Amino acid sequence: MAPPAQSQRPSPSPSQPSGKGEVSDLKMQLRQLAGSRAPGTDDSKRDLYKKVISYMTIGIDVSSLFSEMVMCSATSDIVLKKMCYLYVGNYAKGNPDIALLTINFLQKDCKDEDPMIRGLALRSLCSLRVANLVEYLVGPLGLGLKDGSSYVRMVATMGVLKLYHISAATCIDADFPAMLKHLMLNDPDAQVVANCLSALQEIWSLEASQSEEASREREALLSKPVIYYFLNRMKEFSEWAQCLVLELVAKYVPSDSNEIFDMMNLLEDRLQHANGAVVLATIKLFLQLTLSMTDVHQQVYERIKAPLLTLVSSGSPEQSYAVLSHLHLLVMRAPMLFSSDYKHFYCQYNESFYVKKLKLEMLTAVANESNTYEIVTELCEYAANVDIPIARESIRAVGKIALQQYDVNAIVDRLLQFLEMEKDYVTAETLVLVKDLLRKYPQWSHDCIAVVGNISSKNVQEPKAKAALIWMLGEYAQEMQDAPYVLETLIDNWDDENSAEVRLHLLTAVMKCFLRRPPETQKALGAALAAGLADFHQDVHDRALFYYRLLQHSVSVAENVVNPPKQAVSVFADTQSSEIKDRIFDEFNSLSVVYQKPSYMFTDKEHRGAFSFSEELGNLSIGVEDSSNVVSAQIVDASDNDLLLSTSEKEENRGPSSNGSAYSAPSYGASSNHQFPAHSPQSSLAIDDLLGLGLAISSNPEPLPPSLTLNPRAVLDPSAFQQKWRQLPISVSQDYTMNPHGVAALTTPQSLLRHMQGHSIHCIASGGQAPNFKYFFFAQKAEESSTFLVECVINSSSCKAQLKIKADDESTSQAFSDLFQSALSTLGTP
Amino acid sequence: MISQFFVLSQRGDNIVFRDYRGDVQKGSAEIFFRKVKFWKEDGEEEAPPVFNVDGVNYFHVKVVGLLFVATTRTNVSPSLVLELLQRIARVVKDYLGVLNEDSIRKNFVLVYELLDEVVDFGYVQTTSTEVLKSFIFNEPIVVDVARLPALGPAGLFMQGTKRMPGTAVTKSVVANEPAGRKREEIFVDIIEKISVTFSSSGYILTSEIDGTIQMKSYLSGNPEIRLALNDDLSIGRGGRSIYDYSGSSGSGAVILDDCNFHESVHLDSFDVDRTLSLVPPDGEFPVMNYRITQEFKPPFRINALIEEAGPLKAEVILKVRAEYASSINANTILVQMPLPTYTTRVSFELEPGAVGQVTDFKESNKRLEWGLKKIVGGSEHTLRAKLTFSQESHGNITKEAGPVSMNFTIPMYNASRLQVKYLQIAKKSKTYNPYRWFTFGDSGNEAQLALASPAT
Repeated sequence: MAPPAQSQRPSPSPSQPSGKGEVSDLKMQLRQLAGSRAPGTDDSKRDLYKKVISYMTIGIDVSSLFSEMVMCSATSDIVLKKMCYLYVGNYAKGNPDIALLTINFLQKDCKDEDPMIRGLALRSLCSLRVANLVEYLVGPLGLGLKDGSSYVRMVATMGVLKLYHISAATCIDADFPAMLKHLMLNDPDAQVVANCLSALQEIWSLEASQSEEASREREALLSKPVIYYFLNRMKEFSEWAQCLVLELVAKYVPSDSNEIFDMMNLLEDRLQHANGAVVLATIKLFLQLTLSMTDVHQQVYERIKAPLLTLVSSGSPEQSYAVLSHLHLLVMRAPMLFSSDYKHFYCQYNESFYVKKLKLEMLTAVANESNTYEIVTELCEYAANVDIPIARESIRAVGKIALQQYDVNAIVDRLLQFLEMEKDYVTAETLVLVKDLLRKYPQWSHDCIAVVGNISSKNVQEPKAKAALIWMLGEYAQEMQDAPYVLETLIDNWDDENSAEVRLHLLTAVMKCFLRRPPETQKALGAALAAGLADFHQDVHDRALFYYRLLQHSVSVAENVVNPPKQAVSVFADTQSSEIKDRIFDEFNSLSVVYQKPSYMFTDKEHRGAFSFSEELGNLSIGVEDSSNVVSAQIVDASDNDLLLSTSEKEENRGPSSNGSAYSAPSYGASSNHQFPAHSPQSSLAIDDLLGLGLAISSNPEPLPPSLTLNPRAVLDPSAFQQKWRQLPISVSQDYTMNPHGVAALTTPQSLLRHMQGHSIHCIASGGQAPNFKYFFFAQKAEESSTFLVECVINSSSCKAQLKIKADDESTSQAFSDLFQSALSTLGTP
Repeated sequence: MISQFFVLSQRGDNIVFRDYRGDVQKGSAEIFFRKVKFWKEDGEEEAPPVFNVDGVNYFHVKVVGLLFVATTRTNVSPSLVLELLQRIARVVKDYLGVLNEDSIRKNFVLVYELLDEVVDFGYVQTTSTEVLKSFIFNEPIVVDVARLPALGPAGLFMQGTKRMPGTAVTKSVVANEPAGRKREEIFVDIIEKISVTFSSSGYILTSEIDGTIQMKSYLSGNPEIRLALNDDLSIGRGGRSIYDYSGSSGSGAVILDDCNFHESVHLDSFDVDRTLSLVPPDGEFPVMNYRITQEFKPPFRINALIEEAGPLKAEVILKVRAEYASSINANTILVQMPLPTYTTRVSFELEPGAVGQVTDFKESNKRLEWGLKKIVGGSEHTLRAKLTFSQESHGNITKEAGPVSMNFTIPMYNASRLQVKYLQIAKKSKTYNPYRWFTFGDSGNEAQLALASPAT
């Protein structure tokens, strides 16, 4: 409702009254009318009430009229009543004493003959949000839940939830949740049922942390009979309630595949609903249900394609953006399945930037040998676009496609044509791309260098582009005739160069150039080193000093350091970790998809939603042990510990990979698989990671136990594992690079499990598809019953493993981590 | 669930503000407006429909220049909230007849009444105009519609906002006619958005129709309605690639790639005789949305030619040819074309004897606009524009101009050939004789034609 008291703003336009005088005027008039029984009173009251509410809406404080408003509310006119309720609901919280005045007439109205008035009064009563009035709520609410009118019951169910938020204890003591549960399973009115479900989900989730019973009740919502009850009544629900039910069903774990097919057949027609929210909720359910059935999962993708595309093209631009974000997520997960639909991702000129950006990313992802030509042709059209941000994105897209294709011949030509367009921003983007391309396909250097050589460095101003150009000048000093002289000019303007990144690159480039063409470059090198040593930027200064001493020591060593033979980069690291992507996928049909961030990055814990299960354990299916136990896991807080990591910490972590300090592998080449810093006492400061200090060295004064022996016959049943995983904080989290033999051995699923077992580390659950595999291990100390739990995510294409270790005894977890890694390192070696 | 709902005017004034849960600060409307007004992220100046500021998620849709906004702290389904906002706008329009700042200001009590019933404690209760009728007691104050065109079949085809030609119908679902008796009426429109991309040589590269059958019902007593579509209508394109044009021409059948339906629609006999049966709820709603990529004959051919005419000059020649029968006319046509950014001046030359044509060069976004009142089927119109540049162009001007787009309305024509063959209202009594505002098989049509590469 209207912002009351505190948000009184200076009136923005002369048409809005400032308040004071008018309010006291109104007060007078209301007083006069309060006792009047004259005919036509109601009409004048209506006019006055309207004025009051219009002031309220624009932010004028009319709370001083409270008692007059209440006095005038003795009326049978329902329009008047409604306005009065609206007013009361808005100001009661700030005026608890006067609010008491309203209780009387509201309670009376709760017993009115007209169900409409009963409902309205009950709603207002519950909306007062005054803690010391809750005792007056219990009675009317109890009656409301049993009312003959479904409207009143509907209002009462929400009323219970409101009461819970004012005073949880009163709500629980009155046994309202149980009454709601009864209504939910028996009420003939579907909206009452839906409201019960919303209310119970909220109440039980909030209670679950304190009460065993509540968490049992919450899990009972996902039991087979309840789920089937909802599914059978699906058609009775309004479209909005259907969304609610579908969200609930998506968390249910069916016992076998027949059940899955039955559910999907039953809900198939929901995919044809005009309401995008219903369709997306259905899609989420289908995707979740079939996660472990690869071919069916793929069929689901095929099936949902058409409805999604229809939703994207119907509805308002805002709605299509929301749907497109979801389509984008699916395309990124399974680009091959969409490779023939690429024309749907062509941009239309009047679409918003956000839509176009998503489409460009999808076009990039689906490009394969058969459609690349057409996609790149289309992208080149956009590159000439009047819309500069889109033109830039399009060029980047062309570059990305070039980097992921085998046959880049044609694309290189296109990129070089961009350089001929002679537009600053096009040139800038293209230079960055050409540099990346050369790092992956050195064989193209001849063609590229010829064109790049023609670019005047004066036309390149953007730091990234300038850095790219300088890198090429250094790297291909031999081929580019005038490289030393271009560099020299740049060094002459050292003081005008604002970007440290560019200055760093300049130092390195001039070194490389010097090593190849010493006589021509010597002067420039000297100037550069002198300028570098005098530089106020620490990195630049240090690098200059380092080069200087290196050269003093030995030129051949310098050659080895600065200009070693390079291997072509085979794969550029992805910017988002697969873990984050998986988590976003788990949160399908939520804001996470639109923001492209998992929810813990943008919501506070209390608002993380009633049922935001982590699927951490739930999705794994190939368990060694009896996996069905694991599958049924419903873990709410399992991952909250690692979720505590705030966004800002993450940003910091991303820092080092992009500040360009790694000169020979510029920007993201280094490593952008950003890792979570371990969430343990030793490493609570992200700065440790920035400085490259190992976790163990950072601040753990106690000497580590020299060795750790594990119990080869450790046992732990899956439910105990889950419980522990839920309770314990992560004590070590580390990235680990696997050796190629180890990765090769992964092709046989059991090999890793047997291998680890040989080291007394046992697998409890595993799953995933190439290239991402996920394993859960446990181990126990030989002498005592202290347990270690490990989550190990292996990406076989990048040979990276991410470890998360939880331990009963945190002091030994680092030792265990070392042991685990050494075990992992011998995988695949005979 | 949502926390707050509010409507802001273009200037950022609160027109309506409802707080449902009290967990988002009261100043959210101001925070929102400032953020949207001064948006600057990703190098863009336009805020996305959904964004997050300090843990609060803001959703907004733009309807008739107003901002309909919802806030929440929870991780809700964005589609659900955006759909809800759109629906609230539609419900309000159903009740007020006309949706604009003035009508909301005059009727804000009624709007609050609606909002109280639509959402309770942040959870959606109902958005059905029909269901809400029994909760609403305020009578709408009808704003002056004198400036709007008179009601009638012709009014249906006036240019409205995108995909809402029903906007011409400005009657509230609850207001009574001045004459006293309520008029029984039902409106059916087929609105199609056509996107076609031509290659420089005139071939069609991509083409798509996004269509909606829109209904607006003022029938009392909720009679059941049967809506018959083309007999040869089929849905889904089997195993064929959707861009496979070779086999589809000449067959005459209308093939929808996909479609979806309003929840009131029963498809029981759809497979047999292509009829939809429904009990239309009051107010405006889409009966069916569909998508077609089947080859179709675009109603217009557009030719764009750009030639350099000296160092700082170029000439654009735009040709539009109407490809439909001479018995039909297109109305309110607007052809637009972005020009190179360094264009400073444009002088236009219309064909001799041109009537009802206007031209303009929009300096701010460097866009050429050509408006035509009417195009008769089979006719051709040409526009010549002389451009003056502030700098010499590098290379290809054609790449820096375009694509050409076109907005138009053609009554009694739709590109997809989808038709409503008849509309049958189950009669309740002999005296019941509603007006059906549409003649069989007609359609409102708003379309857009994009030309990727103007002829090179």
